[in-house]
Parts: sequence; structure tokens; C-alpha cells
Amino acid sequence: MSTAIVFEPDKRLQLPDAQRRLIALTLYVGFAALAIGVMNGLAQALNYAHIDIFKYYPGMRTYYQGLTVHGVFNAIVFTFAFANGFVALTMARGLNRKLNTGLLGAAFGCLVVGTLFTAYAMFSGQASVLFTFYAPLEANWTFYFGLVLIVVSTWITSVNLFLTLSAWRREHPGQRIPLLAFISAVTYVFWDISSIGIAVETVVFILPWSLGLVATTDPLLDRTLFWLTGHPIVYFWLLPVYISWYAMIPKQVDGKLFSDSVVRIVFLMFLCIIPIGMHHQYLDPGITAHMKFVTAVLTFMVFLPSLLTAFSVMYALEIGARRHGGRGLVAWFFSLPWSDPSVAAQVLSMLVFMLGGITGLMNASYNMNLEVHNTTFVPGHFHLTVGTAVALSIMGVAYWLVPYLEHRKLWSRGWALAQAWIYTIGVLIFARGMISGGLAGMPRRTAISLAPYAEPAGWKIAGIFTAVGGTLMFVGAMMFFVVIGFTILFGEREEPAEIPFTETVQAPAGIGWEVSLDHLRYWIAIAVVLIVVMYGPFLAAHIPPAPIATGFKGF
Amino acid sequence: MERYEKIFFAISAVMLTLFLCALAYASIAMHIYLPSSQAVIQVKPGQNLASAVLTTPPFNSPGVRQTGPNQYEVDVIAQAWFFYPNVIKLPAGAEVTFKVTSVDVIHGFYIPGTTVNMMVIPGHISVTHYRFEQHGDYLLLCNEYCGKEHHTMHAKVEVQ
Repeated sequence: MSTAIVFEPDKRLQLPDAQRRLIALTLYVGFAALAIGVMNGLAQALNYAHIDIFKYYPGMRTYYQGLTVHGVFNAIVFTFAFANGFVALTMARGLNRKLNTGLLGAAFGCLVVGTLFTAYAMFSGQASVLFTFYAPLEANWTFYFGLVLIVVSTWITSVNLFLTLSAWRREHPGQRIPLLAFISAVTYVFWDISSIGIAVETVVFILPWSLGLVATTDPLLDRTLFWLTGHPIVYFWLLPVYISWYAMIPKQVDGKLFSDSVVRIVFLMFLCIIPIGMHHQYLDPGITAHMKFVTAVLTFMVFLPSLLTAFSVMYALEIGARRHGGRGLVAWFFSLPWSDPSVAAQVLSMLVFMLGGITGLMNASYNMNLEVHNTTFVPGHFHLTVGTAVALSIMGVAYWLVPYLEHRKLWSRGWALAQAWIYTIGVLIFARGMISGGLAGMPRRTAISLAPYAEPAGWKIAGIFTAVGGTLMFVGAMMFFVVIGFTILFGEREEPAEIPFTETVQAPAGIGWEVSLDHLRYWIAIAVVLIVVMYGPFLAAHIPPAPIATGFKGF
Repeated sequence: MERYEKIFFAISAVMLTLFLCALAYASIAMHIYLPSSQAVIQVKPGQNLASAVLTTPPFNSPGVRQTGPNQYEVDVIAQAWFFYPNVIKLPAGAEVTFKVTSVDVIHGFYIPGTTVNMMVIPGHISVTHYRFEQHGDYLLLCNEYCGKEHHTMHAKVEVQ
């Protein structure tokens, strides 16, 4: 049995200025996208209470145009920009090694150009197809082309990460990969494999079709390829936040992460169980009931790493709180550093995420999905997860990350704290509205304020909760932009700070089975085999495709 | 992994397994099925989807048909932005089979308050079964975005 040595990175990472600037700019593209997305979000929330403010939005013609912008900018541009910037930084910090500036610049350029293409298509009204772009709804080709470029920017980031990691490994033969670098790498390996579905869908089928090179397309095949990526995409939103929860939050609360191995196992479980997108297709024709049930089983398995996360992160929080006088079985929770906005925002996100997890499990529950599919229950659920656990955590991270990148102090901790609380209270009210509305049959993705039929019982109160909560979320988000903008422009200058980076109680094992956790190729092999098992039968039956549908542009 | 981690992991795994058992029970013993029809619309070369649908039984004559004692079949065409037929009359307590297809984009077929909820995908025939026990009017909604007037796409089920 070989003995591995454990690498301890030096305390302080000094990135070259050019790399620091590029990471900052990547994040700011994401924040700008979030700002535009959130503006549209307000109009959607009010729509549920029959208040139509879309007509006052310059350039916006329909509810669905705004909804497309909301989905694409918030769920794709914002999240991907954050991942590209933040995970590049965590890889560099984990290895105490600089990145490739050219590749950082290329990823940034690709992200910006891609965003501009999709923005053109959406704002000119030629792409009101929502972020799922189900064929045969047919957007202008620039919409799909922009999305492709945005995905390419994540691939360029992957290359940057993997080159940095392999250079480190050459110089440190036989050593365990440092935890932070390991989970950063797994996040992008996971995404690279997951993104194949949407890449094939877009490049092979949708782009040629939207360019008029072929006349027809196969809606079920396109949709299935979309969801092959479309479910794991939510973990690509989540895993950068998990990096913060596992590797940074413990330090920020003056605690420690307990187990090195559990964190690696959690990330590897996400990597291994990619092909569960068919649980978005429980109610589709053309997919067999037994494939749907197997998908349900696998989906439940992916719940395990999140349950483990709840355990590990809570324990790290408890270590920190007890060091600061925390007592009791649960009362220690109040001894966390609640006055630190970065901690407050992320701990609140974690609490909200528990509700998100429970409602997610309900969605995934096979035939129970009949009660909630495509009702507002679903956006009620995912505003607790991506809309808060991810978005509010990213805001919390930004409260140390932007000062770190700008060498400036955070402008107004008070505003930042208030922001986190207002947003959290907002989403709880909002989700209460959407979830109850969904259970009362309110369809999602629908301009309820314009619906011609009499509203069934329960929709009115649901709509009011949704509008009130959504307005509070909007206020909370806008306060975030004020804090970040003022920090960048007017924050007090300070010496370069340190990235908060936790120690673990248990060091990574140097010998034994845990060393094999670092051998990514085995885990990648498991992931690929599982994808083939889960999607092979479907693809075998649907390739060559049945291109029966012509494009539809009635939006 | 430490002892508490293992215990927590085990409890989580047992809990999830029990949930899955409950779902399997609901599916097998309580007959709550997901709509998973494999039937398709055959489009001949040179034919477009709409004309293929309109010449494929049962969609060449959509509507309500009695198929046996207390058994009915409802054949519905979904098109942006309406259902045809848009008023469906059924007796209470009857066993109803819905067969639905689309002539253009993906639609939803959803009756709030029931387990009738399915995706309607061009080229495929969606099938589900339901028994309306309560008299009254039910709302039938499209619950998948299908274009500019999606929110207007609805129909009525009258159970007498």
C-alpha cells in the first residue's frame, strides 16, 4: 500500500492582478444579469395578484418574453458566471497556484459574447421560448448560438482548472489533492459530462433547424436530451455554493470541518448519479413507466449527499458556535456570528434549503408528481433552492469575495444584513403563495393576470402571498446591488485580505481506501456507465429521430 | 467516516427507502399510474403533422364516445391555443379514458383537483384514466407554455 503525502497550501494566495480583474469582471457580468432577471421577476410575482406592470417595461411586449429573460439571465448567465469566477478562484487557492490568464480571458469573452447574442434574441422578441426552449417552439438562431457560447465558456474554464490541477500533480507526485481543489475539480468534471445532452441537442438538432438547414425536428428526443442536462444543471448551480458551505463557512464561524472524506464522497456522489433528468418527464408519453420508476429511485439516491451535507455543515457550525459560548441542544444556533452578513445570508440559505429539499423530494415522488407537475408548486420549490439556497448564498459569498477582489472594505454591513433577512422573509412568503397555489391547481409559466376563466378557490390568496413575497425578494435583491455597487465604487481601501478557508478536524487520509477517492477516472467511468444504462434504451428507440414537427413562432 | 456520520447516513437511506416503498405501493396497490403511453402518430412522407393527426383514428373524429357499460373514451386534439372539443360532457362515476395529441407544439392537459395531468407532445398520443365521482364543472387547462396566448388555452369538463 502506497503512502500519500498531504499538501498544505501556504496561508496566503496572491493572484496576479490580471487574473483577479478577470475573476471580478466575470462575477459582475453575473450580477448584472441577475439584476435584469430580478427586474422581470418582480413583474411576474405581481402578475399572480392580477397586477400587470409589464406594459410599463421598455421594450418588453409579453409576459413570456419577460419570463424568458428571467430564466435565462438568472438561472444560466448569473449562475454560470459565478461558477466560472468563483470555482477558478477556489482551485487557485486550493493549490496555491495561479491560473492561465489567457484561458480566464477566453472564458470571460465567450460568456459576454454569448450573453449578448441571447440578449439580442430575447429583447428583440424573437426568442420567447423560456429557458427550456422546448422544440418545436422556434427561436431565432442567435438565441441558441448565444447559449452554446455560454456553455463553451464553462468548458474553457474546465480546461483552465484541469491544466492547473495536472501541473500541480506533476510537481507533487503521490500527494492527496487538497480538498478545496478536489471539490472544485469535481464540480466541473460533473458539469462537463452533464452538459453533453444539451450540447448535442443544440448543436446537432436545434441550431441547424433554427438556421433553416432542416425543416423539422423531434420534440420528444430534443426534450429528453435537454433534461439529460437540465436536471444535473441544478447541481452545477448548487455545487459552487456547497464549496462555500463546506470549505469557507466553517472558517467564517470559527469552527472546523470535521471529515475530509465525507466532503469528497458527497461531491463524488453527485458526479456518479448524473442521469436522473427523466423525473422531469414523469408525465411524458413515449417514456416507459419502468424507466420512470428507476429514475425515481436514482433521484432519491441523489438526496443522500444533500442529507450528508446538512449533517456535516451543521456540525461545523456547531463547533464554531460552541467555541463562542453556544449551549444546549439547539440553542447554540443563536451563538453563530449573526452580525456577519456573509454568514447570516448563507446560514439563512441553508435553512431555506431544507424546505427546498423537502419540496424537491415531493416533486421527485413518482406518481405524487401528478398533483404538482407544471403547477406553481414547482417554481415555489425552486425559488427555495436555486432562488435562495444558491442565489442568497452567492450574495453571502460576495460579501467577502468582492472586498477580497477589490481590496476594499464592504460598504455597510447593516444594509447587507438587512438585505439577507428581507430576502429570506420574502422568499418564505412567496413560496407559501406559489406552493399553495400549485396545490390548488394554479399552472406555472402562465400569465394568470390575463387568464379568461374564473379563478378556482385558493388562487386569489396564493397570488397575494406570491406578489407580497416576490416584492420583498425584489427589494432584498436590489439592496444587494446597492451594497455591491457602493463597495466597488466607494468602499474604504484595505490591504489584500485572506480567503476564508477551513481546516478539517480529520486530515485527509494518507493511506487506505480513501486515497482512491482522488482517482477521478474511476468515478467518471461509473458516471458514464450509468448514463448509458439510463439513456441507452431510450436513445436506441429514438435514433434515428422522428422529425415530425415544424417550427412554431407564435410568441 | 465516523460513527455519527454512519448512523446519520443509515437513517437517511432507510427513510428514503421507506418513501420509495410508499410510492411503489401507491402505484401497484392503489393504481395511481403515470401516463406513459407509447402510441405515436405516423406521419407519412410528404404529409404534415396536422393532416396526419386528422386522418389518424381516433383523432379523425375527436369527442366523447361510449366504449362499454359505464366506460367512455374522450379523444382530444390540442392546438395553440385551444382544445377540441372544448366542452366535454361525462356522467359521474364513469370510467373515462383520455387520449390526447397535439398538432403543433408541446401542450399540457391538466384538470386541477384530479390526477389528470399529462404532457402532450407532437407525434405522440398521451393516455390517462380517471373516474369523476363529483358532479359539477371542472376546468381543463394547458399547463405547458405554448406561445403568446397560452394562458387562454382552456376547456370545460361537465360531469352530470
